[in-house]
Amino acid sequence: MTTTTSAALQPSISLLPSKKTPIVLSVIALITLISFGFLGSNQAANFSLSTNTDAFKIPDLVFPGMATNIVFGVLLLAVAGYSWWLRSKGRTLPTYAVVLAAVLFVLGFLIWVVSGANINSISLASLLAGAVVLAVPLVFGSLSGVLCERAGVVNIAIEGQLLGGAFTAAIVASITKSAFAGLIAAGIAGALVSLVLALFAIKYMVNQIIVGVVLNVLVSGITGFLFTTVMQEDPELFNSPAHLPVVAIPGLSAIPVLGPILFKQSVIGYLMYLAVFLVWFGLFKTRWGLRVRAVGEHPKAADTLGIKVNATRFWNVTLGGIIAGIGGSFFTLVAIDSFTKEISGGRGFIALAAVIFGRWNPIGAFAAALLFGFADNLQVILTIIGTPVPSQFMAMMPYLVTIFAVAGLVGRSRGPAAAGEPYVKE
Amino acid sequence: MSEQTIGQPPAGEKPVAPPEAKNSNNELFRKITQGPGLVSVLGVFVALVIGGLLVAVTDKKVIETSSYVFARPSDFFSQLWRAGTESYVALFNGSIYNSAQGFSPFLETLTVSTPLICAGLGVALAFRAGMFNIGAQGQIIIGATMAGYVGFAWHLPLVLHLLLVVLFGLLGGALWGGLVGLLKARTGAHEVILTIMFNYVALYLLDFLMNTTAFRRPGETNPISPILDANATFPAMTGSRLHLGFVMAILLTVLVAWMLKRSTLGFEFRAVGHNPEAARTAGVNVARTTILAMAFAGALAGAAGVAQVAGTEKVLTVGVAGSLGFDAITVALLGRSTPWGTFFAGLLFGAFRAGAVNMQISTGTPIDIVLVVQSLIVLFIAAPPLVKSIFGMNPKKRVRKTETIKAGAK
Repeated sequence: MTTTTSAALQPSISLLPSKKTPIVLSVIALITLISFGFLGSNQAANFSLSTNTDAFKIPDLVFPGMATNIVFGVLLLAVAGYSWWLRSKGRTLPTYAVVLAAVLFVLGFLIWVVSGANINSISLASLLAGAVVLAVPLVFGSLSGVLCERAGVVNIAIEGQLLGGAFTAAIVASITKSAFAGLIAAGIAGALVSLVLALFAIKYMVNQIIVGVVLNVLVSGITGFLFTTVMQEDPELFNSPAHLPVVAIPGLSAIPVLGPILFKQSVIGYLMYLAVFLVWFGLFKTRWGLRVRAVGEHPKAADTLGIKVNATRFWNVTLGGIIAGIGGSFFTLVAIDSFTKEISGGRGFIALAAVIFGRWNPIGAFAAALLFGFADNLQVILTIIGTPVPSQFMAMMPYLVTIFAVAGLVGRSRGPAAAGEPYVKE
Repeated sequence: MSEQTIGQPPAGEKPVAPPEAKNSNNELFRKITQGPGLVSVLGVFVALVIGGLLVAVTDKKVIETSSYVFARPSDFFSQLWRAGTESYVALFNGSIYNSAQGFSPFLETLTVSTPLICAGLGVALAFRAGMFNIGAQGQIIIGATMAGYVGFAWHLPLVLHLLLVVLFGLLGGALWGGLVGLLKARTGAHEVILTIMFNYVALYLLDFLMNTTAFRRPGETNPISPILDANATFPAMTGSRLHLGFVMAILLTVLVAWMLKRSTLGFEFRAVGHNPEAARTAGVNVARTTILAMAFAGALAGAAGVAQVAGTEKVLTVGVAGSLGFDAITVALLGRSTPWGTFFAGLLFGAFRAGAVNMQISTGTPIDIVLVVQSLIVLFIAAPPLVKSIFGMNPKKRVRKTETIKAGAK
């Protein structure tokens, strides 16, 4: 479909790489130079890096708004010019340059916003730490998506898995008074949602997107129903879950900026780092991972080599469900005191976006989820310091970025070839 | 089947062009979205039974009697039956007929189903063109926003004003849907991801607009728009909320039915939906068809936005679309993507929605049960073999085998 339509639109074959990257880079360079630089406020933007509990202090970073952004704008123009030059030579910009441009743009935006705000100072440390906390369910959700899609099953039901996990964690942790029982139950609940997905997608070969969409509605309906009929009848017994404590590792957690991010997390937070590593290692460094990816890319070839295609898919979808369910328990065991209807609030869809933006790679999805968590937290903090940018536009960012990503405006993103297609053995 | 092969000469060349996997997927897609009838009825029945059981097992009296179920099983089973059926009776009373109000609840059902039918048609049309339009939600929002703005900000004479409201609503939806079609056609991005993301963008856009002076009602701190001009709203039937928008829904159903069956464009939609490669070989401009199909689908969803803002609600709020966009998907699936199927599926789910309000009041069963039943219906209908095996209709899985052979022979 992709190749045929673009071929139909561009009959003459161009040998040069796409113009998209240079164009996008030029646009963001001009935005930085003109809107953030020349038109921006020149008040100093103050970023504090340390908090009072840190082991040692790092001095605050202070940037004059206009001057810094003019410098950033010129630098970005240089990167854009370089990419145009590379394109004329038939080459594309290396990834590190794209990342550099993105970082410059985000920093420039941040400096512009803070310098134009009512309060010209924010704590970078708490901004980043908060971003990680908000990203936890997104990371788990996106890992579930990566596991399913790498095996060739499209998982739109991440939202349902998160919600199911959150609900079950709340009810089990309330009854047993044990947060760990809640955590395990959440994994089981996520797996149950996955089982339905696997049953319909693999056994009955129903379109996987349909099953995913419908499962989200089903889980939302069941949890909403049970919330009203069971939980609200006796909130003391059914909806006051025991909480997972935040475990600070002595010494290490007092490192400025990095300490709270890496060494002051809940159990689920530490599990997140572990899960990202394990999924990455499993998918790309083990025989199991090679088989999974083969099933997702070319099931027929995998089958020919004796890999059980549908069994692999089934176990991957189940594993994905367990992971997403645990991620969902973060809502009720760590973040919020009790379960409420629709507590996942569409984060499953952002996790889906992170899968695509992270190009179906666990590390990439992790980075994308962190970025979305960052945008989410930034929106909260910017509302507090009172900036000219409406918070709704900040909230829109993850979605817009994803649209750009899937439209191929920031590099190509291509999923596993066989994702969404049921496999029938002949 | 034979008629189709005569109508489509390129069908003979099929084996050359498409890769096998894609073909079987399209085949499946068609089977899921457009299939036989009896299984649908059974699917609805099983879903209702499961929903009833869910209500029953959380019922207090059922739990009470279950403690002595072995001593007096009759108590338990009569309570189980009562709890399971009571809710559905209330649902029926609130959506079709009750002795106190006669058939006036049915008018409420028609009101509630109006936007469901319109948006369902939008999803169904995109299905027929081979696309999954999850974006009805966003298209409804943008349609309602544009229609609402025209409705309360402009002051125009009778008829003209309403026509413009409808026109701008359709336009807004078409814009939002067409944009997805354009991105898909130009970049090959998957429409499912695009539409999900566009839904959120639309929601935040509306949220932003509702906090501007242009949209917020003067003197109001909550994000709510001024009431639409009387000239800009659909005339309502006296004594009920039913408005002329329902007639619009009927007209749109007729239009879509005609379009898909008789018009060139509709034929192209279906051709691309069946097999884009073959359609392209036959001279259909696939990119143009993709964009147009999404624009038309968006316009239909936009009509649902119009029905909400100019018919039922008469004001614009952030929650104007509710969960209509997602309900529309289930409506289109239940209607098997045919215009009239979607129409009646919209009526059924409209009845659920309308009756659920009465059910919650009189029996205390939460409205969420409707979501459960609705999604179960779609799941069962999407998997006929499951329903068949529940009713013992496919012993030894013979049915599936013959189907595969048939698909292979084609």
